[in-house]
Parts: sequence; structure tokens; C-alpha cells
Amino acid sequence: MTPDFLLEMYRRILRIRYFDEAAVELVRQGELPGVAHTTIGQEAEVVGACMAVRVDDYMVGNHRSHGHPIGKGADMKRLMAELLGKVTGVNRGKGGSMHLADFSVGSVGETSIVGSGVPVAAGAALAARMLGTDRVCLCFFGDGATNEGAFHEGLNLAAIWKLPVIYLCENNQYAVTTPAAEVVAVRNIADRARAYDIPGVVVDGQDPVAVYEVVSEAVQRARQGLGPSLIEAKTYRYLEHAEGLPIAAQYRTAEEVAAWKARDPVVTFRQRLIQEGVATPEALDQVVAAVRAEVAEAVAYARSSPYPDPEEAFTGVYSTPVGGVR
Amino acid sequence: MREITYLQAIYEAQREEMQRDARVFIMGEDLESSVYGTTRGFTEEFGRERVRNTPLSENGFVGAAAGAAMVGLRPIVDINIASFMYVAMDQLVSIVAKATYMYGGQARVPLVIRAAMFYNGANAAQHSDRPYPMFMNMPGLKIIAPSSPYDIKGLLKTAIRDDDPVLCFEDATLWFTKEAVPEEEYLIPLGQAAVKREGRDVTVVAVAGAVRQALDAAQVLAQEGISVEVVDPRSLVPLDVATILASVEKTGRLVVVDPAHQTCSAASEIAALVAERGFWSLSAPIVRVATPDVHVPFSPPLERQLYPTSERIVAAVRQTLRESAASA
Repeated sequence: MTPDFLLEMYRRILRIRYFDEAAVELVRQGELPGVAHTTIGQEAEVVGACMAVRVDDYMVGNHRSHGHPIGKGADMKRLMAELLGKVTGVNRGKGGSMHLADFSVGSVGETSIVGSGVPVAAGAALAARMLGTDRVCLCFFGDGATNEGAFHEGLNLAAIWKLPVIYLCENNQYAVTTPAAEVVAVRNIADRARAYDIPGVVVDGQDPVAVYEVVSEAVQRARQGLGPSLIEAKTYRYLEHAEGLPIAAQYRTAEEVAAWKARDPVVTFRQRLIQEGVATPEALDQVVAAVRAEVAEAVAYARSSPYPDPEEAFTGVYSTPVGGVR
Repeated sequence: MREITYLQAIYEAQREEMQRDARVFIMGEDLESSVYGTTRGFTEEFGRERVRNTPLSENGFVGAAAGAAMVGLRPIVDINIASFMYVAMDQLVSIVAKATYMYGGQARVPLVIRAAMFYNGANAAQHSDRPYPMFMNMPGLKIIAPSSPYDIKGLLKTAIRDDDPVLCFEDATLWFTKEAVPEEEYLIPLGQAAVKREGRDVTVVAVAGAVRQALDAAQVLAQEGISVEVVDPRSLVPLDVATILASVEKTGRLVVVDPAHQTCSAASEIAALVAERGFWSLSAPIVRVATPDVHVPFSPPLERQLYPTSERIVAAVRQTLRESAASA
């Protein structure tokens, strides 16, 4: 891994962190309509996975997916504009925080019905193969999704058809407030791979290099026609399930949150880059400043962008409207 | 001209489109063995990659078809019996119907879902649904309900070429009906109703298998000197309201016949549209002939009476004539 590559990892981790910190602020100020499910705390696994695929590989996300297109290299301005419901947003203001799609970086859509992206990813991977490409599909979902039928149906299809898809479970320990340990019958979610006779790997989701390595291996298998893999990245979300959605319940202990924050990838990865001589603190400070400026620019772009014309609501239901439908 | 059955027409439409466009492929349960003959010999002709036998996994394979469609393929999903669509509601509603709009036009979903409505055959409550009305209530889906071999061949071919998701509801009571169908290629556009019989006195708009009952009823009434116009919308979304309104303007009376349950049926929507836009053409209240809001029972004498019949349509037409005479 070259120093440039590691620095790019750091840059993307920071982009996600600062982008979502800005999103939280925008929710609190009432500028971001609805709620925002943040990636804060989970940046390392997102970036490690996204950098193990090519920009033309497909990607499917979920409700907690601001970070996925950023990890894959998307322009933050249009993502932020989407979060504010502006016409310059990636979805022209029709999708919002939970449904970002940016086909220009292979993000073929995030879906907020938990688990529903798993079969879709199998289909995108099937198409990649049938169209004669060596593209793969990277599919993100949380621990909660693995209890949905769609997860099991999708994995079975991908396995029997040996589809080039990498299923990446971001196990952040809780489905809203319900601990995974209480509702998942196996010890590790990766163990569920055994039911489909595919590789199941557990990886430290706070270590972007470790995630990059296991995902790269899965990508290689997929491109070789050896079929799908299930990777479980153990990670943690620092904030509430969704910013703007007050949850009164105390379902996590302060000690638990503190223990995960002590392994914050924004801090630990920086230390590692310095220790391994990849970059000086000054060079990393420059990255920090540059990313803060990029995020500020994205927020300014989103703020200054116009809302869609009200007429926009009545268009685009169909891609080929005929006979009075729009 | 040669005559072919409804099932043969489906077979020909699929085969011709798969020959024409390599991006078209078909997936579903038991396709290789082709239980109803609509994919007979396909595996040999197109190979197993394009004739994809699926597990019993409707939500999974409908979702996979959506994913494949969004990135450039043109899947046909044979979901077999329409009642099985409920198992795939998550994907049908949250992905298939919404992706184009929700992703701001980045996604096209050129996907056809074929669903046989397997009613009036003693298959009881869980296998006999005619569920198109509930999908009419979900924007983003185009919906066809062809009533004859000629129509289904032309409409299904158009559906396969369309860039939006199309649900094709196939009325199994019509499977073995025969009709003259040209060997040469033809297409029928979505959103164009067909006037199946011209008439002056009463418009009968009939959906799917009910078109045959409406034509039978028109024949009976013609012997009494009552002239019935039978309009088949053929496609429910988009719906050719103009043809329906033009017919009502001519006749002044409307009966809508629909094999679906009556509440919020296709008939209800058509009746509402005519009441809103064609009110001043009407000389009698609109009458719906649909299936009462009860589940489909198993025992044939219980089941048979529920669906629209030509007798019920005749009675409904007489009712519109009586009520207009009474008010005159």
C-alpha cells in the first residue's frame, strides 16, 4: 500500500466524519429536513471497503449511507445538496438522506427498508456478469438487516449463481436500540455464511487497512467467478440511531461508548500514519484543513442551491411517460 | 389467418423479444420444465444464463431482477401465480415502483413481471387473487391486463421494450382461448383501449377475463334491440380515459365490469373518473359489476357465483336503462 493510498484513506475517513458532523449541525439548526442517520464512528470500514473496489463497480447502500458514496469518491457538494432537498442534489431533491444514489460512482441506490438492498445487489452483480464485464457489487447493510428474509434470499441467490457480490455487514451492535447479541442466533453474523456455503469473515471495522485487505480478497474471488462473500465488520456508531429522532432509552452504557471512542479511527489511523512514517503531523494537518474546506464548500453549495420547482414533484415517476402518466 | 391460444401468444412474445434483444432474459420458478408451455424449448435456444430457474424466493428474485434492470438488463420475471406477488411486496413496492423517481431519474427499471390470475378454478382464497387494483394505487408501475391472444402478444412485446416496470396480469380463465393472430410482428402501445364492440345505448368497460362476459352480454342484449358498446382498457396504467369518456358521451350510460374485489377496484377508479369528467354525459347512475368483498371459497358452487358473469352484466345494463327511463 503506497503512502498516497494510505493518505487517500485518511482523507476519505475525514470527509465522512466532517460531512456527517456538518449534517448533524444542519439538523440541529433546522436546515436539514427530516432526520439524518450518521456514519460517525463507522468511517474506517466504509473507506476500507470502498477503496477495495473500482469506481465502476456497483454499490448498494442503506438508510445509514452518507459515507458510502463519499468512500467511493463521490462529489460531496451534490450529496449535501440532496440532504437539504435541493434540486442540485444527486437525486434532484427526491431521495434525501436515506436514499442517496450516485450512478457516476457506481452507487446504484440506497434503500431504507432494512435488508431490501441485498437482493438488488445480487441482481446488479448478475447483470455485471451477463453483460460480460468483470464488475462486482459491494452491498452494505447493518446487523439488523441479517434478520430480514430479504438478506437470506439474496445470499442464497448470490451463492447458487456464484455472483460477484461482496456482502459487507456493518455490525454496529444495535438495530436502533436492540442489541445484536439478543436477536441474532449465531455468535458472529459472518457465521451465517455457512448456511450458503460461502466465505464468512469477521474483521475489525475500526481498522481501514484490515477491512481493505479482507474486502480485496473477496473482490478478487468475485472477479474470478468464485462467487460472493459475507464480511462482518465490527464497528460502532457514536451518535444516536438518527439525528433529529430523540430516543429517551438508555440502551448503551457510558463505558461501552467510551471504550469504542477510545479506538476512534480518525485518531488511531492518524497515529498509525505518523508512527509508520507515512506522513508527518504537519502533512496530516494539511489534509484536515483541506477536507474541512471541502465540507464547508459542500455546505455552502447546498445552502445556495435552489429548491426544486414545485412542478418537479409531478415528473419522473416513469422514465418513459406515456398515456397521461408522468 | 392461423389461430393461437393466449398461452401460445405469451410464448411467442417472449421468444421473439429474446431473439431480438440479448439483454432480455427470463427468470422464475420451473421455467426449464415450462409448466404452462410459455418457455417451451427456451433453455435449448437461449441457454441457462438467460433462462434462469429460480428458487422459491419471490422477494429475492424480484429484487435481483430490479437490480439487474437498473444496470442495463431487461428481465422478464414469471412470478407464476399473482397471489405470490404478496411475498415480493417489499421489492415490488419499495424498489421496483420507486427507484426511478426516488433516485431522481438515475435509475431506469425495464422489468416485466408476469402474473397469472388463477381464479374460478377451485384454488381457494390463497391462490385465486386478481390483485391489479392494489398496484394501481402504487405510482411507478405500468399495468396491463390483456383479454385476448392478439392483445397479450402485442402488449407483452411492448412491455418488454418499455423502460419502466410493467406488471402483466394474465387471466388464466383465458389461457386456452384462441384467436387469429398474425405471424408478422406487431406491437400494441400501452395506454390504448380497444373498442371490442361498437354500440349506441350503453357503454360496458370490462377488464381482463370480464371482456368475454361483456361481449356475451352484448350479444344477448342485441337480440332485444339494446346496443352495447364494449370497451377493453387493456392497460390499466396508463389508462385510456379518453376512449372511455368518448364512449360514454355517445351512450350516456356506463357499466364497469371487473373480476377484482369491488372496493377500490379498477372499476371503482374508472367509475370515479367518468363521474368526475363525464358527469354531464350520463343519463343514469354508473353501475359496477365486480367480485363482492369476500374471500374466494373453495367449493365451486360457492366460488362460481362471485365473479362477473354475462347474466350479471345483462342485469346491470338493464338497470342503467331503467334508471334513465325513470328519470326521463
